[in-house]
Amino acid sequence: MQRHTVTLDHPTDWPGFRQAARALVQANVPPQAVDWRCQADAASDLFAPEPHSHNVLPPPSPDAPALRVPPDFVHLCEQLILHRDPARFPLMYRLLWRMAQGGNEAEAARHDPLDADRMLAHHMVRAVARDKHKMHAFVRFRPVTQPDGETLHMAWFEPDHYITEANAGFFIRRFTQMRWAILTPDASVRWDGQQLHTGPGAQRSDAPPPDAGEALWLTYYRHIFNPARLKLGMMKKEMPTRYWHNLPEAALITELAQTAHERSAQMVAAEPTTPRKMIAPLKRPIPVEPE
Amino acid sequence: MNLQSKLAILADAAKYDASCASSGAAPRNSVGGRGMGSTEGMGICHSYAPDGRCISLLKILLTNFCQYDCLYCVNRVTSNVPRARFTVDEVVQLTLDFYRRNCIEGLFLSSGIIQSPDYTMEQVVEVARVLREEHDFRGYIHLKTIPDAAPELMERAGRYADRLSINIELPTAEGLTALAPEKDSAAIDRSMARMAVHIGESRAARKEQAAQAIVSMPQSRTTRRASVPHFAPGGQSTQMIVGADATNDRTILATSARLYGVHRLRRVYYSAFSPIPDAARALPLAAPPTVREHRLYQADWLMRFYGFTHDEIVPPSQGKSGSQAGMLALDVDPKLAWALAHRERFPVNLNTAPRELLLRVPGFGVQTVDRLLAARRVRRLRHADLARLHVPLKKVLPFVEAADYRPGRALDAADLAAQLTPPPVQRSLF
Repeated sequence: MQRHTVTLDHPTDWPGFRQAARALVQANVPPQAVDWRCQADAASDLFAPEPHSHNVLPPPSPDAPALRVPPDFVHLCEQLILHRDPARFPLMYRLLWRMAQGGNEAEAARHDPLDADRMLAHHMVRAVARDKHKMHAFVRFRPVTQPDGETLHMAWFEPDHYITEANAGFFIRRFTQMRWAILTPDASVRWDGQQLHTGPGAQRSDAPPPDAGEALWLTYYRHIFNPARLKLGMMKKEMPTRYWHNLPEAALITELAQTAHERSAQMVAAEPTTPRKMIAPLKRPIPVEPE
Repeated sequence: MNLQSKLAILADAAKYDASCASSGAAPRNSVGGRGMGSTEGMGICHSYAPDGRCISLLKILLTNFCQYDCLYCVNRVTSNVPRARFTVDEVVQLTLDFYRRNCIEGLFLSSGIIQSPDYTMEQVVEVARVLREEHDFRGYIHLKTIPDAAPELMERAGRYADRLSINIELPTAEGLTALAPEKDSAAIDRSMARMAVHIGESRAARKEQAAQAIVSMPQSRTTRRASVPHFAPGGQSTQMIVGADATNDRTILATSARLYGVHRLRRVYYSAFSPIPDAARALPLAAPPTVREHRLYQADWLMRFYGFTHDEIVPPSQGKSGSQAGMLALDVDPKLAWALAHRERFPVNLNTAPRELLLRVPGFGVQTVDRLLAARRVRRLRHADLARLHVPLKKVLPFVEAADYRPGRALDAADLAAQLTPPPVQRSLF
């Protein structure tokens, strides 16, 4: 059995994968005869043959199956390719190849939600979706004044998967009139109010330190917490500790948790105080002090 | 008083409200707008406090001065807590600043009653108006409405807000009379009914308009009509305090069922009565009954998504597992408790049972059931399939049968409940 190696331009090279996978299926190349790699892996693999930008793909065989896949499958793969696990490429190819085989094999790959490959694919896509959602939630912008006097809002975030560019649309739709940048270890995106610019990965030190305005957010976090209901397990389930070092409010958690029991016990033990003298219902507005 | 101190006082004052949902808004974004903000259907929790609660909205009171004397409330007129009042503009600026930093989805604004219900409601609506009209803010706004305020103020609130809520506070009218003398349960009910009508009308009118937009003549253009204004597209919600009075779970769920059925509420929140810094003499404090609150939420889900009716979830008489009459068991979840009490309905056959029966199997979620239904269209389900589904097998297996599996006598075992109940945890002293 002849082995084939496909080298993709970058970890989320969907057009490259699609083109290669289509050719391989039409040449009847079984999944176990294909090795998938990315440019980055190829460069670090000492024993790899010379990377070539154009993969040598086999010609279609005369009895090549017609390749029609459900649109859902294409959407699934577009998300799956964002996953960091190198196994995503063989998995996508195996599903595609099975769909092209016809019979029970194709039926299971197309329609059986309990098929092992499909379940694994869905499981990985869910991980990508969760990661995207956490990025929507946990990116924290800090304002930086640019040389031209404009404010740029910058954030440092460490996603689990290759989602930064795919996820930029959400921030564009939400902060269209703002100028912002999100830096991550794999890639960075910058919005200038009109256009999205993509760039290479960055380091944490490239992002700005806390500013004075952040103190208000920390005050809010401290006071919206109810010490009588300490539930750290619940909190960690939704806000895993691996995100904490990039969340300004997480620095308060230890102290809030340690003092919670004492604060709540004091409230329970405290004698009810003498009620304030009842004030008559107000007639005049309470003056608001000028700041 | 500076902004930091006000924020501290007015966030403290707001933390006893359980709701923080930012879902159900009509999809919109800031493309082509002057301001910022978007809602994409699903709410986002931007942070979590150490109490396990999600922080999605900036949840604050406009002021915690209040004329009312609701005994369970930290802001009641007779309480000694420090008081503060935000200006409209301070709330607007805080909301915009937190939003710009991507710390929140929007604002949840409530207020103590000052001067009069109308005056207070006007102030709350004014914050929403300034955000929407002057800053073109397109994020989420949830307003707490005051039942005694004028209907036209409610209407204005609904035009600016994604969600409105009125707290029913206590599950029974008698409880409200006893603990919140100035609150009127009939007025709360009337307000909810009025809001339900507005929400329904707006939704129906928008639907109709969408349907009319279809062009039947190829050459004709659709006439652009002013679009029907939104009215709280995220619906209305409410909150009930659990454990401040003696109401049992059966009554609480009956009240919830009525709110879901009659007033079409989107959510009922349950809030375990929690110690407050300055307690009333008439309402002694204890640790909040959070397990009970959790079981009520589970029961609430059973009503909303699993086809259970409110009166079958809580046993009317003493339960077998020693649960009190009219109360949910604390040691097992309500679905398992129901299954144990109705063993004659099991085992459920995975290959032939209808959806509503599969939903009654302990350990099966809605997603699992939908997957099983899709899988059994292509083949017969076997024991191994269950193992792949990531369901709690120990809990599920006694209640189902598959092509190659039957629970045998497991269902008749007298100690089945004991097998499925977690062993009692050694209570820590602290």
